[in-house]
Amino acid sequence: MKGILKKISQINFGLMSPEDIRKMSVTKIVTPDTYDEDGYPIEAGLMDPRLGVIDPGLKCRTCGSKGGDCQGHFGSINLARPVIHVGFADTIHKTLRSTCRSCGRVLLDNNEIKNYHEKIEKMFKNEESVNNLIKEIYTVARKDKCPHCEEEQEDIKIDKPVSIVEGNYKLTPSEVRERLEKIPDEDSLILGVNPKVARPEWTILTVLPVPPVTVRPSITLETGERSEDDLTHKLVDILRINQRLKENMEAGAPQLIVEDLWELLQYHVTTYFDNEASGVPPARHRSGRPLKTLAQRLKGKEGRFRSNLSGKRVNFSARTVISPDPNLSINEVGVPEIIAKEVTVPVYVTEWNMEEIKKYIQNGPKVHPGANYVIRPDERKIRIYEETKDTVIEKLEPGFIVERHLKDGDIVLFNRQPSLHRMSMMAHEVKVLPYKTFRLNLCVCPPYNADFDGDEMNMHVFQTEESRAEAKSLMRVQEHILSPRFGGPIIGGIHDHISGAYLLTREGSIFREEEIFQMLKHAKVPLPKKTGKNWTGKQLFSLLLPDDLNVVYRAEICRKCDECLKKECKNDSYVVIEDGVLKSGVIDDKAYGAFSGKILDHIVKEYGTDRAREFLDSATKLAIAGIMKKGFTTSTNDEEIPQEARERIEELLDKAESRVERLIEAYKNDELEPLPGRSMEETLEMKIMQVLGEARDKSGEIAEIYFGMENHAVIMAVTGARGSMLNLTQIAACVGQQSVRGGRIKRGYSERTLPHFQKGELGARARGFVHSSYKQGLDPLEFFFHAMGGREGLVDTAIRTAQSGYMQRRLVNALQDLSVNPDRTVRDNRGIIIQTMYGEDGVDPAKSDYGKVVDLDRIIEEIRIKSSK
Amino acid sequence: MQDTKRIMGVIEKKGVDFPKSLVNEIVDATKRHDLTGKELGKLLDEIKKAYERAKVEDGEAVGTVAAQSVGEPGTQMTMRTFHYAGVAELNVTLGLPRLIEIVDARKKISTPTMAIYFQEDYRTDEEFIRKIANKIGKITMKDILKDFNINYAEMNVVVELDDDKINDKRLEFDDIIKKIEKAFKRVQINKNILSFEPPTPNIRELRLLADKVRDLQISGVKNIGKVVISKEGEEWVIHTEGSNLGAVLKMKGIDRIRTTTNDIYEIERVLGIEAARNAIIKEAQSTMDEQGLTVDVRHIMLVADMMTADGSVKSIGRHGVSGEKASVLARASFEETGKHLLRASIRGEIDHLSGIIENIIIGQPIPLGTGSVGVIMKPRK
Repeated sequence: MKGILKKISQINFGLMSPEDIRKMSVTKIVTPDTYDEDGYPIEAGLMDPRLGVIDPGLKCRTCGSKGGDCQGHFGSINLARPVIHVGFADTIHKTLRSTCRSCGRVLLDNNEIKNYHEKIEKMFKNEESVNNLIKEIYTVARKDKCPHCEEEQEDIKIDKPVSIVEGNYKLTPSEVRERLEKIPDEDSLILGVNPKVARPEWTILTVLPVPPVTVRPSITLETGERSEDDLTHKLVDILRINQRLKENMEAGAPQLIVEDLWELLQYHVTTYFDNEASGVPPARHRSGRPLKTLAQRLKGKEGRFRSNLSGKRVNFSARTVISPDPNLSINEVGVPEIIAKEVTVPVYVTEWNMEEIKKYIQNGPKVHPGANYVIRPDERKIRIYEETKDTVIEKLEPGFIVERHLKDGDIVLFNRQPSLHRMSMMAHEVKVLPYKTFRLNLCVCPPYNADFDGDEMNMHVFQTEESRAEAKSLMRVQEHILSPRFGGPIIGGIHDHISGAYLLTREGSIFREEEIFQMLKHAKVPLPKKTGKNWTGKQLFSLLLPDDLNVVYRAEICRKCDECLKKECKNDSYVVIEDGVLKSGVIDDKAYGAFSGKILDHIVKEYGTDRAREFLDSATKLAIAGIMKKGFTTSTNDEEIPQEARERIEELLDKAESRVERLIEAYKNDELEPLPGRSMEETLEMKIMQVLGEARDKSGEIAEIYFGMENHAVIMAVTGARGSMLNLTQIAACVGQQSVRGGRIKRGYSERTLPHFQKGELGARARGFVHSSYKQGLDPLEFFFHAMGGREGLVDTAIRTAQSGYMQRRLVNALQDLSVNPDRTVRDNRGIIIQTMYGEDGVDPAKSDYGKVVDLDRIIEEIRIKSSK
Repeated sequence: MQDTKRIMGVIEKKGVDFPKSLVNEIVDATKRHDLTGKELGKLLDEIKKAYERAKVEDGEAVGTVAAQSVGEPGTQMTMRTFHYAGVAELNVTLGLPRLIEIVDARKKISTPTMAIYFQEDYRTDEEFIRKIANKIGKITMKDILKDFNINYAEMNVVVELDDDKINDKRLEFDDIIKKIEKAFKRVQINKNILSFEPPTPNIRELRLLADKVRDLQISGVKNIGKVVISKEGEEWVIHTEGSNLGAVLKMKGIDRIRTTTNDIYEIERVLGIEAARNAIIKEAQSTMDEQGLTVDVRHIMLVADMMTADGSVKSIGRHGVSGEKASVLARASFEETGKHLLRASIRGEIDHLSGIIENIIIGQPIPLGTGSVGVIMKPRK
């Protein structure tokens, strides 16, 4: 399309010599002003037209190309006196310290020089890091007397940021430069300055390159005022001082004044390179804001590298709020029509799709399956308007590219930040829908970690056939049902899918045939033959399973009894599927829930992702149909417990409290037996925590007696749909101990938590035990303690996200270059072997069965069943 | 044993190249289910198919997947630094802070701890274990005192040693006296009563002396503080606060195979790099497991292998793996941008653009996955 793509094979780094800078420069800059009164750029000023153009329409005086095409040209400033480049101050200091002050040789004898020379040459050849060796040389090459010319050496110190002091005398940059000039090439290599690309003295600037205007564009404010870039401001400062220094020198001003100006010039050049260098007050804007100079532009998260080079802004993308749509397949995404009309797909016009494309153009940019642009073979891009579309259609020929609207079935990339794992970016099929939100199937919420409280997501449209093909085979949602993290499903039913399936398949759930057919119709499952009999929910669910599926497992509702009754389980929690028929057990989170779905897991691994998607789509829809048929709701009524239970709980808590009192009593009388290796205080705290923890659990148990499996809140908790029994306990019975920093609350006033208590009081209430339940309501003191615990939780989350984010960034950065080679080794980009066989067995966790190649027991069982048949 | 050989033989005959762990599994399963030769043959065919299917593909970006798999659960981990794990008496760093500590390859970890096991003959010998525990654990004067007095009138510190405590701790009275005499010049010993005198008789010196006497270490291994003895099943185990693997492994009766520490740097020093790699895997995995998060070992292995690839434990970050990358652009885009660019310029470094970030920066396809393959075409003449 755009001709042959060239591949950049390497980038060489090096230092520019003053000659290089002069050669590169298109003009010398002398005037510290930018524009004259009429608003025209001044010649030899900082906005000299030869430095390049920004305004489109104007032609560049140097290269002749138009604005936008001209990348700009460097100018230069001749500095009246040399100055030190801040970034190299440290290197300069170390170099001077390791070389002779008179002859410029390294302070090493010839043998050592030869040795190091060979070593470094070798390392350069192997492209190893020489940093450590050079560090070593800097420490070794320090002698009192030069081995070459016998000159006595003086101690050289660096006064941050750029003053170099020998003994008590401060060396001027000129003197430093003279010394650096004396260092021979062979010696400079040992000191870490590669003579092929750099000379030590080039770290002292005699001429300063002036970046083109494209690098520092001025902005015109609404008021018509011109506002210059920070770099331009800095360059103006440099020019002004440089001018004054030159004038003073020419006028023969006293040494002191010249030195002061020289120092000032050094300051401006220093801050021009790095405005955060230690030891220099940062140069500020008139408003007091520190200027953003060269180093600041590159550095950090918002710097050039991380925000413009490693991450780039793209076209053909969209972002909006997401909302759920259970009628979509997991592979699909609902795209608002407004977006579909804006982001486009380029299509090559051929003889075979001519008619179709003409239809799109006929529809124009405003009617949905339309088109926005036509690109001619000569790369001219023509926008389609209502008025022009007829002429465009006439001219349309094979070879044209038409940017048509997004339509159903297109593949797009869908993403939600933070993109913590590869499942945060998956390819979906487009389904153009009305309204303004992206719609997605609920099963893909877990991998994206999305909910619908205002979350927004991004969509990207592929622009080439290759990318579409790759996305379709590698990135589609169904290819990511299994997580590479642990080899189990990460996409699966959530919330109502689980409760719904439970309601359908639990014991005693019987439906009339019409009802069954209604639900099947809703789930878009082909209808079976009529039987005229009532159906059980289990029979219904069996219709979705592959015919030869065999699975046995314990459901989420399993109470983990000491002795398992297996098929005779009272709770119906022993799930048996034989030849695709659900013989016993209920369907819940363990069956097809995200993170733990056993049936789903088996289907993916044995029947492939297509079948798994089909199953997931129909199972979730069936569950929704089921939950709608049965009706499902929850409210605080579900956590209602009778007065009698309330009394028992209160009695229990009172008892616990008196036990705590007894413990405290024992502690005060020194009768408490300390746990080995613990102090008395710690022992007391641990014991109290234990007593109170037990009390809360017991109160929960009392409440649970009144919670039957007819209770919707309980159904949700037990099946793993949402919430936990602990949540219900806290709502119904007792909230329990509030903790800060892993222990009971003990901070606040001196020796007490609140002024409502005695000093040194250690009782349950005084240290944040909440007797009330959420339903009863907390008293003011309890509420306060609860808020303390809650606040800790919030702070904790905030810190954790930052910490784990940074850890992940480091991990990814360290490991990203690793890949599996055809010889099954894992190597990095240098070809260094990290593992001789990936994971010691060459198995991809994403394709494994929870980390194993296969479940041997299962295969053996299967073989036996097959052979017995 | 015979079975094992027989099965191995069958596997070999099939001409399949299974990894060792899988072979072991097959052997186990064969024994468990009492497979006949025919069944075993069928099983192997099935496994071969499954293994071919489950193998990693060439060019797979295993590094990134591993990093994400280890990093992603980080958001779900607790921050609470301390938790009473294993033994109720010891604090151990857990959760995200511990994981960060492992990845950072810290030389000084926040809660070093050891689990000391014993050889078969000593495992159940409580007396022996207690003796060893007291040799290992830090015991100071204040642990064996009955009475402690600062006498301001006579300007001395008078202490009484407690025989019961000394016996309880299995210490020798003479050893204690020797230690005390070595540490303090001006001491008078009268059976159990000791009196110490300060070098110059003033109150400040006296008080300093009192502290010194109380904190005098009688026994213990360097860097180890508290020890806790506990019974795990039939055998006795010692858990310690603080760690000194080198010294403990030299002691008599210690099971040198199972005794470990959670200090990876120490393991590297004492047992070498392979041990350190295994320690990283074990520690990271147990940190994850303890939080109820499942992460495949292969991911953790890869992280551990990357950290130990060049023979010493390197941290994941700018001072370790990332800081030693070959590419200037990769280093500059991670951290310390300016430093790397400036250094590259005087060194005359060359970036061969072989990594991921470099190619993203210059806008080329990355050499991973589908980007790792090229097409070689023979031009038709």
